Amino acid sequence: MDVLTDNFSTFGKGFLGTVELTVYASLLALALGFVMASFRVAPVGSFRAFGTAWVTVLRNTPLTLLFFAVLLGLPRFGLVLPFKVFAVLALGCYTSAFICEALRSGINTVPKGQGEAARSLGMSFGQTLSMVVLPQAFRSVIAPVGSNLIALAKNSAIAGAFSVTELLGSYKTLSELGYNIIWTFVWIALGYLIITLAISAIFNVLEKRWGVAR
Amino acid sequence: MKALSHDSTALYDIPGPKTVRRHKLYGVISTLIVLALVGWLLYLLFDTDQFTATKWTPFEYKGIQELLLRGLGNTLKAFAISAVLALALGGLLAVGRLSDHRPVRWLATLVVEFFRAMPVLVMIFFVFVALKVQPLPALVAGLTLYNGSVLAEVFRSGVNSVERGQREAAYALGMRKTQVMGHVLVPQAVRAMLPAIISQLVVALKDTSLGYLITYEEFLHAGKLIASNLDYDLPFIPVVMVISPIYIGMCMLLSWFAQWVSKRQRRNPKTEAADVAPAEPGTLLPGTQ
Repeated sequence: MDVLTDNFSTFGKGFLGTVELTVYASLLALALGFVMASFRVAPVGSFRAFGTAWVTVLRNTPLTLLFFAVLLGLPRFGLVLPFKVFAVLALGCYTSAFICEALRSGINTVPKGQGEAARSLGMSFGQTLSMVVLPQAFRSVIAPVGSNLIALAKNSAIAGAFSVTELLGSYKTLSELGYNIIWTFVWIALGYLIITLAISAIFNVLEKRWGVAR
Repeated sequence: MKALSHDSTALYDIPGPKTVRRHKLYGVISTLIVLALVGWLLYLLFDTDQFTATKWTPFEYKGIQELLLRGLGNTLKAFAISAVLALALGGLLAVGRLSDHRPVRWLATLVVEFFRAMPVLVMIFFVFVALKVQPLPALVAGLTLYNGSVLAEVFRSGVNSVERGQREAAYALGMRKTQVMGHVLVPQAVRAMLPAIISQLVVALKDTSLGYLITYEEFLHAGKLIASNLDYDLPFIPVVMVISPIYIGMCMLLSWFAQWVSKRQRRNPKTEAADVAPAEPGTLLPGTQ
């Protein structure tokens, strides 16, 4: 118990670090995932190919390898950015592949006739996608996107092991101070539970409000 | 007449000659942009001397090759052990979750939900640091607990996806629950959930790389050893260029196998009724199962 009360600031810093990393990486993942999903259903072949390559490669890359390549590899190119930015980039790009697939499966749940109706009204691809199909697709992908963001929050632990200030990283500081390691982990676990439960609560509310049962 | 060439919704018409020309133009422009990016990357690589001989000759040494092979072997070893154990644990937990006894069901649910909500890495670190276990058992323990819990959900939804009537008919014939499960539900469920199981094994294979963070001497660890060697002029980028394709290739092969199985299943009329949702990456959302 003392571990938490004595080191509230260390835990707090780690907790906020995880939240910060999760929020920024989520925003990047959502934006990139959206772009890639549009690429994957676009009429231009090379766009589709690029989207497919992006998803296939990133989905099959171990996240540790990606962190390894980005955090330790990119600086050798002379590309030096703050550690946190690298972590957000790696996490965001990795998760964007999963978000893209979730969105794409959402697009596929919209009945074909809707797209055909939009086209018969003379709408272009962009209009059909943005005004008819995507608004409906978003409603059916709330749950899968939520679970992908939960996975992102959990994956952010890897950034901690690569020593960004983050929840998991705080165990190192504390074990050096000689605190009971088991209790430290109990509090870390609780911290992650709070974050994942919060995301799932947010998405439950969103789903109640906008979700559709198909 | 040429039909739409892919399986998406009908988002656009079959393009006419003018649109085809426009799309070709877009195609050329986007390809040029990608090529320019690749070119810039290559320029950076050359500019920072990543292709000088000193950085690549180490890969010709027998010792280095053996180091990499040993790392790859260790990766596959961790994967094999944790895959087998996770399947066993998943089966056990699924039996628990489908049990008729409420306490058993609750316990299994609690275990499954807890281990799915925890980051795998925290579990691995806990076993490694707090319980002071060797790296390999720690890695295997973490992977088994996490993937076992996810697989339990896959198994459960697989069994539940078999049509209700089958179960009812079997009970009506006077079968006991074990017989209904063993003779009727599980054989059909396994077929339907095979793709989902293999996809989860891809996750396990990817996550073996977490062993790197607890100094387990796997593939990435071997790469790090080579990359941080001053004698070889710190061949960091070459190491990434050698290791990544192998890692990604292994996972892709397994993913393709899962897709192939699932495509074959879809053509098979026997499994048409059952459709198992893919394993979610761990979630507390009730709506996604």
